[in-house]
Amino acid sequence: MKKIILIAVVCCLQHFVHAQKFMTRSGQVSFFSSTAVENIEAINNEVACVFDATSGELVFIVPIKSFKFDRALMQEHFNENYLESDQYPKADFKGKIDNAAAINYSKEGTTPVKAFGTMTMHGVSQAITVPGTLTVKNGSVTFKAVFKVKNKDYKIIIPSVAAKKVAEVVEITVNSLLAPLKK
Amino acid sequence: MKIRIPKILFVIGSLLSAYPSFAQDDLTALLGDVKEKPSPVSATFKTTRIVNGHSIEGVAKGVMDIKISHRFGRLNQGAVDLFGLDNAYIRIGADYGLTDNITLGMGRSNVDKEYDAYAKVKLLTQKDHGGSPIAISYVAAMSLKAFRTPVGESFILADRICYTHQVLFAKKVNKALSLQLTPTLVHYNLVDFSSYANNLIAMGFGARMKVSNRATVNAEYYYVLNKWDNAQTPYTNNFSLGMDIETGGHVFQFMLTNTQAMTERNFIGQTTGQWGKGDIHLGFNLGRVFTIKQPKGFEGSRNSTY
Repeated sequence: MKKIILIAVVCCLQHFVHAQKFMTRSGQVSFFSSTAVENIEAINNEVACVFDATSGELVFIVPIKSFKFDRALMQEHFNENYLESDQYPKADFKGKIDNAAAINYSKEGTTPVKAFGTMTMHGVSQAITVPGTLTVKNGSVTFKAVFKVKNKDYKIIIPSVAAKKVAEVVEITVNSLLAPLKK
Repeated sequence: MKIRIPKILFVIGSLLSAYPSFAQDDLTALLGDVKEKPSPVSATFKTTRIVNGHSIEGVAKGVMDIKISHRFGRLNQGAVDLFGLDNAYIRIGADYGLTDNITLGMGRSNVDKEYDAYAKVKLLTQKDHGGSPIAISYVAAMSLKAFRTPVGESFILADRICYTHQVLFAKKVNKALSLQLTPTLVHYNLVDFSSYANNLIAMGFGARMKVSNRATVNAEYYYVLNKWDNAQTPYTNNFSLGMDIETGGHVFQFMLTNTQAMTERNFIGQTTGQWGKGDIHLGFNLGRVFTIKQPKGFEGSRNSTY
């Protein structure tokens, strides 16, 4: 009898731990371009993200039109001229966290992680590796990362008239809180 | 009798129950049901004017768009006048976004010492993903000719004022092509002859085609239904061809048009140039935007304005 109870508990526990997924539709991704002339930062609070703690799989979907700029015209040009969001409405990242299995998701704390996978933006896919952190708190998971992206790699052309104002390499900051997914 | 079940079976069983029940693709599928919300269609035109007339575009809240416009003389004035470049009509104006839906503007033209002011109100915004297929705006404008009264004549204040009402129907058909239909009423408090109607009704047609991400080709035509009848200098409909070049904060609009004036009362009702005779004016609008009032919600951001 004891054995059966024990096994039942183990089964339940394993099930609970292994099937754990975290998700959000209001994650934050921002980008920052800095030149001697001008600093431009835009923030997107409508990023969808899902993370499978068992397999370490991680997916980000970023709606391009949701990037908010303090200058309306910049936002218009960002969508119209640079990211061409009518044609390419979303950017995404599909990949894995290397050490996802080693993390205890029931214990609060921050672990350095590495995400590797494919980022697709402006119709161009590139393999990337992004170092960041995974924080477990109150049963939720927060991903934080800062990495650089070369506009050229994604065929985003900065014309010479704007070259002094828009950096060739922009900084992307990820800060997304994912809640456990209820089944 | 007690049935003995080998321990290993329990282990296998427990492992099986813990086997991940989702395959890789399901992860994306979890997010895949994100429904596209209707979002406003932006940049139907590059700026607040198609060529001479208003476009559906307003100015964003807290932003001022300073416009310096020139229309040179007629190309057929020949080399003596450098094909019209010697004689410019000038308008200096400013458009300001009171809210994202209300734009107020004013300007002054050198000819007739004319002051003009307008309000443009967005009534309906075009949206994608099942939203409104068209955009509608309303423009109310007035102008005041502040020239000095010639000796022996009298012009009271009311005589110097004209009003314009326009309803703008616009559609961004695709990334490159935008169209606009502009029913217009121009009211003249004072007209030259009693046979002239005080109210002119016109239909405006506007189009723009993107030739690159930063350049467009525009065309604009105002057809006046009840044109004034003047045998000596027949009034004509205004037709313009233009090109917009946008370089970040600036928009340069270059045009060829058969009118030299830049206020509605003039270019809609009082155009006399004929394309066929070479009465064509070269001109430009130069627009530059300035952020007057910082939008909220960006405090503490790394934008250079903070």
